[in-house]
Order: sequence, then structure tokens, then C-alpha cells
Amino acid sequence: MDLSFDLLANAVIAGVLLGGFYAAVTIGVSISFGILDIVNIAHPAFIILGSYIAYIINSSFGIDPIVVSIIVLPVFYLLGAGVYQIYYQAFERYGQESLRGLSFFFGLLFITEVLLILVFGVDYRYVEASYIGPSWHVGVMDFPLRMLVPCLTALAMFGVLQLFLSRTFMGRAIAAVAQDQLALRLMGASPMRIKRVAFGISIATTAVAGALLIIIQPVEPSVGREYIGRVFAICVLGGLGSLPGTVIGAMLLGIIESFTSTFYGPSWAPAVGFGVLLLTLAFRPSGLLGR
Amino acid sequence: MVIAIASAAVVFFGARAVSNDYVFFAGYTVLQYIVLATAWNILGGYTGYVNFGSAAFFAMGAYTTVFFHKSLPLPIPALIVIGGIVSGLVGFGMGYLTLRLRGAFFAIATLALAVVLQTFVVNWDYVGGSRGAYIIRPSENVLTGPYIQYLFLLMLSLVVVGLVCARGIERSRLGYGFAAIRDDELAAEACGVPTLRLKLIATTLSGALMGMAGAPFPYYIGYLQPSSAFGLEYAVNSIAMPMIGGTTSWVGPLIGAILLGSLQQIATVTISSAVNLLIVGLLLVGFVIIAPNGIVGLVQDRLRAGAK
Repeated sequence: MDLSFDLLANAVIAGVLLGGFYAAVTIGVSISFGILDIVNIAHPAFIILGSYIAYIINSSFGIDPIVVSIIVLPVFYLLGAGVYQIYYQAFERYGQESLRGLSFFFGLLFITEVLLILVFGVDYRYVEASYIGPSWHVGVMDFPLRMLVPCLTALAMFGVLQLFLSRTFMGRAIAAVAQDQLALRLMGASPMRIKRVAFGISIATTAVAGALLIIIQPVEPSVGREYIGRVFAICVLGGLGSLPGTVIGAMLLGIIESFTSTFYGPSWAPAVGFGVLLLTLAFRPSGLLGR
Repeated sequence: MVIAIASAAVVFFGARAVSNDYVFFAGYTVLQYIVLATAWNILGGYTGYVNFGSAAFFAMGAYTTVFFHKSLPLPIPALIVIGGIVSGLVGFGMGYLTLRLRGAFFAIATLALAVVLQTFVVNWDYVGGSRGAYIIRPSENVLTGPYIQYLFLLMLSLVVVGLVCARGIERSRLGYGFAAIRDDELAAEACGVPTLRLKLIATTLSGALMGMAGAPFPYYIGYLQPSSAFGLEYAVNSIAMPMIGGTTSWVGPLIGAILLGSLQQIATVTISSAVNLLIVGLLLVGFVIIAPNGIVGLVQDRLRAGAK
């Protein structure tokens, strides 16, 4: 079989660009699930919410979706902090987060989806921006801008978060919560307050991820479901709580998916994430860069 | 056991006395939810492991039926058994791969399972692919007359099997083992409870029951497509019903399923199906926050307060 170089190179590029976007989608889960141990399965629902907000503002005011997402960051941060407050009051305080906490997030996922269906219907929505459409050509390789821009935005967001977590006082406090909550309490700090900030940040990233999603593909309310398996697969593959691991895991999954859809057809792509998740859990549960 | 069969007979002949086919159509759905809720509770309520993939197990039973309908037509009771075995095996496999890790991984894996199985079914042309499959249902049955009454009777017997099973587990060594896992897995393990084996028994049983509930579904609906078999409403309902009823005993899912199931039947007819799903979601979130032990828990609290 003649595996042409062009096809191969373009599949790799498409995979890396897709992977960059997946990193943006996953980085919030990496914080909530990896660092805070909160299994927020409603994360994709917040992403879809972000997409719809980008859509509404973009279609009525014509503002660039990425700019919109940065404007609404504080709103999403407050939303996240609020959700954590309820979660803490109702479940975490009593140590009941496993069964009821999970059901709570599942309910949130469901309510968001049904509400969006009721308000917007199941039609696909999309945004308009100057970089959707054209691509750069380098030799035989294509760089579609609608993939390149989200990928670069995602990497920028990763950089900012990584700096924040390793350099600032709050960032280090968040890492401390992950390591030993009792010790933190003995130092006179409140783990609950720190976790609220971290969870707020985790939800804030969904504003950006949602805007990137609607740049890449048209969105309808149930699209988020496909991302649940993917997001947690990346998170586990990269190693829980490791942001660089998340980016590497995202790139890997992006490349594997891009190869699957190039060589077997796009309808198989959703199964890939799950396969990767199961294999990782079975053979290397601590992930690539796990603690 | 005798009481269960007797009350099932009362339900059947009671429904027959109304002599309206709609009662059977609506009743079938409610019964199906009782089986699903009971099955979910065997794993979720007794051992504390959350399964978000009820729809996947349900659909697996349904698609087993479609497969055999095309290749080798068998009577429905045989299909129910086969559907149960298939789903039970998948449950076992899932559990074996993920249950040795923290509980959250199992929950996530079940959530992803639904997406993946749906991908497989969509790509599998033999069972209809994304276009769906038609199942022509015979209009009459020798035993009961109209076919829907036959299906209703089958589902009713599944309810009896499920409830007897759940009640039996609750009062046996198995049930105490499950409860030990739910309360403190590490302590249970240290006391010599074979946790992994018990968890695998629970996933297999629970998956098998869900598959059995799904097996007659193609005959009920007549036209099966992936998005209806894998519908999120099965996953949500089979969690919401035990949560609202109460997860610690077999009565909880029964109460929850009857209440929520009938409410949805009414809401679908009077309002709209999207709104009725919203109601389920809101009730689920409301109950887990305000009444963590469901209706059964509320009643128990009331009784205890009354005794003082």
C-alpha cells in the first residue's frame, strides 16, 4: 500500500492542532478532577454553555468569539465558585461526594443540556470570524486557521495557568490542597476557600474552551456528551493533576483520532477516546506523567 | 415471593379490567423503569458505585434482540435470557478493568461506554446502523390476546424477578458484604470481605437485569434506532428513580420508579417530552441536595420522630 507522505504529514498536523484544542477542553478537568478530586462530569456541559454564549454575542454584536470568552471569564469563575459552594455544603462536608456528588453533577449536565434544547432547539449553531475558512500552506502541508487559532489560544491558556500554579501564592496553595488538606488546616488556611478559587478557575477555562469549540465545529446541545469520554481519557492518560501531562495526552489523543478518521472514517473517532481510557486504566493507571 | 406474584397478578388483571390498550402501553414503560431502577440500585445503592451507562446496557439487550430477530427468530423469553447474558458479560468486563481503581474511574468508564457502544451500533449495518431497524410485531398472542398484553406480562415478570432478587440480596451475606463496601471499602477489605469479587458480582447482576429489561423493547417500539435505544433518559431515570425513592432498600427504586414513571407518562401527554426530562433532572438534583436518603429516608425519619 502506498502511504503517501502528504497524507501522513497532514494527518499528524491535523492531530496536533486538534490535540491543542483538546488540551483547552481538558485543562479544567485536570484542575478539578486531578488536583481537587472533584469528579465534575458536568464539565462538557459548561463548555457547551460557553459555546452558546460566544454564539449569542457573536451573532448579535459581531465580537470575535475568543474576545467574548475572555470578557465572560469572570462570570464563569463566579458560576464555578457558586457550584462548588453548593457541592461543598451539600456533599463534601459530609463525605458523601462519591454517590450523591456524582449524581449532582450528572443532574447538572442533564439540566443544562435540556435547557439549551428548550431555548435554542437542536439546530447546529456556528460563529463568524475572519480566520474561519482560509488556511496557510507550507509546501504540501495545510494549516487551516480555524484549527491553528484555537490550538495557539489553548497553548497560551496552558502557559498562563502553568505559571499561575507554579509561581503565585494562590497557585501553590492549590497544589498544597492536593497534597495534604489536614496539614493545610493546621497552617491556618481554609482548604474550602482555596478549592473554591481553584474550581472557579476550572470552570472559567470552559468559557474559552467553549468559544474554541464553536470556532472548530458547529455546536448543538448534545455535542458535549462526546467530550466526556475524551476529556477524562486525556486527563488519565496524561497523569492526574499534571498540566504538562494533560497537554501531551491531548496531543496524543488528537493524533490517534486524526489517524483513525483519516484511515478508517470519521464515524469511528468517538470510540478512540474510550479505548485509550480503558487501556490506560488497565495498564498504567497513573498516566504518563503521573505523580 | 408469593406476595410479589400475587400483587403482580392483581396489577395484570386490574389493567385488563380497564380494557384500554393505552394502559398497557404506558404501564409497560413504568414497569421497564422499575426493572432498570432496581438493577441500577443493586450496584449503585448497595455498593455505592455509580453507573452512568444504564442506557448502554439497556440498548445492548435491545440490539441483541434485533440481531436474533434477523438471524434466528427466537421467542422473547429466550431473547430476554440471551440479552441478560450479553449485558452481564459486558458489565463483568467493564468492572474487571476499572473496579480495582477508585470508584470515580468506574463511573467515568460507564459514561464513555454508552458513547462507544453507540458508535459501534451506528457503524454496524447488519442491525440497521444509523438508519435503525424495523421489528414487525405479531398482533396476537395465544396466551393473552393482544400482543401488548403479552409484553406487559413479560415485563411484569421481570419486575417480580428483579425485586425478589434485590430483596434476597439485601438480606443475605452478599448484601451485608455490599453494604460493607459502600460504607468503608478499605475496612471491609481488611476484615476479609472479598471486595473485588463482590463488586464484580454486583456489576454483572445489575448489567444483566438492565439487558433483560431492554430485550423486549424492540418489539414494544417496533422501530429501533441507536438514538432511541441509547437515549440519555434511560441513564438519567435509572439514577433519578432510586435516588428519589431511596437507595438503601429495594422499596426505594420501586417507589421512585412508580412515582417518576407515572409523572413522566402524564407530563409527556400533557406538556412536552423535553419539559418532562427537565423535571426529572431538577428532581434529581433537588433530592440529592435536600433529601439524601430519598422518600424512604424521609418516611423513616418521620417514623423515628413519631416514636420518640
